[in-house]
Amino acid sequence: MTDNTLLRVESLSKDLGGKTILNDVSLQMATGDLKVLIGPSGGGKSTLLQCINLLIFPDEGRIWLGGREVSFRKKREVLAFRQQIGMIFQDFNLFDHLNAMDNVAIALRKVKRMSRLSAEKRATEELERVGLGDKRGLYPAELSGGQKQRVSIARALAMDPVLLLLDEPTSALDPELIGEVLSVIRSLSQRNITMLMATHQVGFARTLAQEILFMEHGRIIEQGHPMTLLAKDNPVASRTMDFCTKLSEIYGESG
Amino acid sequence: MLDSLIVVRDALPYLLEGSLVTIGIVVGAMGLGLVAGVPMAMAQVYGNRALRLLVAVYVWLFRGIPVLVLLFLFYFGLFSLMGLNISAFWAATLVLGMRGMAYQSQIFRGAMQSLPQGQLKAAMALGMSELKAIRVIILPQALRLSIPGWSNEYSIVLKDSAIAFVLGTSEIMSRAHFVASRTYEQLALYITAGALFFLLTWLGVRGLRVLERKVSIPGYAQQI
Repeated sequence: MTDNTLLRVESLSKDLGGKTILNDVSLQMATGDLKVLIGPSGGGKSTLLQCINLLIFPDEGRIWLGGREVSFRKKREVLAFRQQIGMIFQDFNLFDHLNAMDNVAIALRKVKRMSRLSAEKRATEELERVGLGDKRGLYPAELSGGQKQRVSIARALAMDPVLLLLDEPTSALDPELIGEVLSVIRSLSQRNITMLMATHQVGFARTLAQEILFMEHGRIIEQGHPMTLLAKDNPVASRTMDFCTKLSEIYGESG
Repeated sequence: MLDSLIVVRDALPYLLEGSLVTIGIVVGAMGLGLVAGVPMAMAQVYGNRALRLLVAVYVWLFRGIPVLVLLFLFYFGLFSLMGLNISAFWAATLVLGMRGMAYQSQIFRGAMQSLPQGQLKAAMALGMSELKAIRVIILPQALRLSIPGWSNEYSIVLKDSAIAFVLGTSEIMSRAHFVASRTYEQLALYITAGALFFLLTWLGVRGLRVLERKVSIPGYAQQI
């Protein structure tokens, strides 16, 4: 393992309801990496992300963060581990009874034990960074989808995670709202925030990802730099290329 | 007619005092139902198999037996078996409270289950334990959603409290009965008792409606 390996995931497997969802999945992330998970729905992307921060416990496999192996059985350790890993969901999952600022501040107060005042100060900063400083008093039901997702990004970043997992962050958004969320994510990658993102945004993956991981039937079946995997003159027809071409046809993405 | 009015007027302070007893029973019973019903609902939604079964059995028992039977069962049997020597007032409060736990737990269970579970996941992803996430994220929303059902439960418990009369508790109904049997003004007194119950129901339900509006979450459709 090299020194700058932040996350190492080895041989994760998960069965749910008698069906194998994850089958021996391994991956590594270095600090500052942006890797993208691509693949058909039901391929295991979402389960993989949730297994990585132990929202779902894998049946088999091991996880190291910053060179330390995470024990799945010690509750305190699991909670501390999850705190270090931010998670962005497809459906935002904002707390409906809290306004934008409290959505961001609540975990600072209840998990990090910050005072109300400093939590709100930090929350305001994070909201300003995603361009929602003036919306901090609004409740989730009063925000657009794109704004909700930006609040959820602010909420995750306020915890100072060492790694951000994004589970199709733009899939529930109207096409005209996707851009504002992607541009926030782009700015995160410029800030060198380590990210693993499941997405169908091929253009985004092509321009920003260091590596594409193609998942199907619970396995990573292809992986590599987008230039290699999506090269037009690739002698070996890649499954990734095939899939992305279809996506681009549907969404009309030029990349 | 005038005689009836005079009897009612003279009996009114006595009956109003009975309202305080009625209110005492209802507040006690609703309070017990709230305090115990919330953890029971949590156990049923998020608990393990044993806990879920335990709550389910309790709910079935207290939902399946008439309140009058429960009252006799506990007052004349179980409480003394348990070595409790309690007054009719406390017996009525406890029995209505224990039955309330069963009903209220189901109100809270429904509210919890109607919330999108993604919020619990998001809270846990931020490092909250499941218990803390339920307390900080799920409960505040579930309790808001429970107010209409709870208000309904209040109106039922309030009127069922009249049954404490059979144990000789000095609440509205037994006082009305007492005066009626002395003065033979049954109609006038039972109308008054009914009016008092109606008034208490109305006040409570109105109050809870105001509370519901007050704690409603901005942006969510507010029904009229």
